Amino acid sequence: MSVQNFLKVTPIDHVAVHEKVSRFNTRSIKKESKVQALKMALSMMDLTTLEGNDSVGKVKQLCQKARQPHPAMPDLPSVAAVCVYPRMVKVAKDSLKGTKINVASVATAFPSGMSPLSIRIDDTKYAVSEGADEIDMVISRGAFLQGEYNLVFDEIAAIKEACGAAHLKVILETGELHTYENVRLASDIAMHAGADFIKTSTGKISPAATQPVTLVMLEAIRDYYYETNKMIGMKPAGGIRTAKQAIQYLVIVKETLGAAWLNPDYFRFGASSLANDVLKQIVTQETGMYQGSDYFSLD
Amino acid sequence: MSESKTNETTYKPTSPNSKLDFASLWDYAPAPESAANLEVKKRYELFIDGKFVKPTKGRYFKSINPANGKEVAEFAEATQKDVDKAVKAARKAYEGEWSRISAKTRAKYIYRLARMLQERAREFAIAESIDGGKPIRESRDVDVPLAAAHFFYYAGWADKLDYAFPGKKPESLGVCGQIIPWNFPMLMLSWKIAPALACGNTIVLKPAETTPLTAMLFAELVKDAGIPHGVINIVTGAGATGAEIVNHKDVNKIAFTGSTKVGKIIKRSLAGTDKKYTLELGGKGAIIVFEDAAIDQAVEGIINAIYFNQGHVCCAGSRLFVQESVADKVIQKLKDRLETLIVGDPLDKNTDIGAINSRQQFDNINKYLEIGLQEGAEMYQSNCKIPENGYFIRPTLLTNVSQSNRVVQEEIFGPVLTVQTFRTADEAVEKANNTPYGLASGVWTDKGSKIFKVGSELRAGVVWANTYNKFDPTSPFGGYKESGVGREGGLHGLAAYVNLK
Repeated sequence: MSVQNFLKVTPIDHVAVHEKVSRFNTRSIKKESKVQALKMALSMMDLTTLEGNDSVGKVKQLCQKARQPHPAMPDLPSVAAVCVYPRMVKVAKDSLKGTKINVASVATAFPSGMSPLSIRIDDTKYAVSEGADEIDMVISRGAFLQGEYNLVFDEIAAIKEACGAAHLKVILETGELHTYENVRLASDIAMHAGADFIKTSTGKISPAATQPVTLVMLEAIRDYYYETNKMIGMKPAGGIRTAKQAIQYLVIVKETLGAAWLNPDYFRFGASSLANDVLKQIVTQETGMYQGSDYFSLD
Repeated sequence: MSESKTNETTYKPTSPNSKLDFASLWDYAPAPESAANLEVKKRYELFIDGKFVKPTKGRYFKSINPANGKEVAEFAEATQKDVDKAVKAARKAYEGEWSRISAKTRAKYIYRLARMLQERAREFAIAESIDGGKPIRESRDVDVPLAAAHFFYYAGWADKLDYAFPGKKPESLGVCGQIIPWNFPMLMLSWKIAPALACGNTIVLKPAETTPLTAMLFAELVKDAGIPHGVINIVTGAGATGAEIVNHKDVNKIAFTGSTKVGKIIKRSLAGTDKKYTLELGGKGAIIVFEDAAIDQAVEGIINAIYFNQGHVCCAGSRLFVQESVADKVIQKLKDRLETLIVGDPLDKNTDIGAINSRQQFDNINKYLEIGLQEGAEMYQSNCKIPENGYFIRPTLLTNVSQSNRVVQEEIFGPVLTVQTFRTADEAVEKANNTPYGLASGVWTDKGSKIFKVGSELRAGVVWANTYNKFDPTSPFGGYKESGVGREGGLHGLAAYVNLK
């Protein structure tokens, strides 16, 4: 692997990124390819609840939804993971026993990350010891904007070490990085520091995931792959609410990175309300009729 | 997550040079635009003096859908007598009603055409794709909306000509003979008709013989819009019909868009006459990518520069110059991008590259691919599936080529990009300018000062920075050297249709 110079900015043309995204959005996905996409989207979902009022009951219900998204169609794929705070990891782990669904936990003083590194490392270790299969960490955006790239790199590397066998998703919180050049640089730092996934947002600030940001990150993943042969995963999170949006994201993945990324090992949606719209569209495609929202469980 | 790595081995790269696999999962189902809305007649007559009339010699020719080889319709072949009738009608209209109505009324008619074209945009887009082979994504999103935009723009100028030429008095020319090409039939029609009308002229227009359908649909609009008889006449036919227009004694102005070869013939026949003319001819656009460019976006720019409209674009960026330090990376990314271009049915909404316009052009492009290989070029084509019938050519890169090769010097007018490298900006500019053409070029760099320096040194009518093939009615367009004479579009486009006193 070549030595990475994080001071050399990779230029990103803002206007052209937006143009490219609107070109992707002209793709017309119909019939069987739509059904395929919807099922893919469902299987890539990280069902998420990250609220101060999360309780055992709430998390258990979410896990039930993860196991069986829509009882009327038992053959549908289950989601990829359930994403919770560290204190809820054990509850989730127990509820999902016997399934292939992973438990992901946000850690590192989510969502701000404004605690000392030692505490963030402990936070991570706690979540892993409780049974988390995946850790979603946040980077220090303040330090990044101050230009302390080495610090950001070292912190990610330290958390990666604390993860042990658990997979590490690095949240860049792109809404706070402001430029696509920053998004690109933060992606490069995260991948070189050991991220298994890079993730757009915490979902706590706006804007969360956008398609242009996702494209910039996917292109960073592509360059890293060209260079190292290593596949890094991508997770847009927050703000993706409709099945139509989800399909647009999948088109971007397919035409930027290709088929190898079109599975839950390398692509995830972080979302809380997307699942029901996807389910609704699947039912519509299979039965030819729309069903009202009350036919889909709210968890 | 222990089972997570099992997927990697099952994918195989799409192309020999790429690590990425764009083919083995999730094909898009066909998403054809329904052609049910469009009613195509079996036969179209000439549009002269506000009426559809049969050709004097009673001869008709067929237009073919290049995507499937089927006949679209029959069109009348206008001969000398028909052209003469059309010019006489245009003269009568010019000297009669059209010269007496107010500029404001002229504007109203042009505006009405714009509105009617917008209302029937979908029909026109489908017709354009059926007759010419271009993907519906482009005819729907580019050709037809831009054509309407041209009418809107020039409608606005019709009663403000005095402000366009301060201190001078603009006067209309008279009868304008206009000959348009097959690559953007409707758009070129609007480039020609809108400014001519705005300036108070009357028109005899001839669409290309392979793509006359939208012009004849437009003739129906002209009729429905109640535009005075004879102001717009549309005659169909091949080169001979065009020659009749060019050589007609009572035509005051010739506007031609097409090949440099024909442009030279026209210029020769106009020598010694007092006809005004504008010629918009061929090109071999240079696109220059510097090492400090936003590479992924530059690659997308290159795709738009050369594969837009199957490369049938006179201003296409067909010669890529890429700085040596990033050449391997850019070529790799281009090859991967080619794999995601969908070639096929022009009416499918997901098609990126449609059918080559005609058998003749198909043969011509293939001839150039042969020449390239003989000259030692390395050819790379994408692996996509293409339909069995119809004229389709995969997007193509020719590397290992140089300035002395014919494929670098001559206009191919197809989805074929030549790739050369350079070391310094001076070398790039020298090579870019080393061509008999000079229509358009593009520069990709993140550095603003470099854009201005290189842009001002390129001898081309249009220089795009960090983008390509962007058109707007307000912006003038035209070439240096063998790429043409005069400008179309914007304020400059008005000057071609007036005499200034």
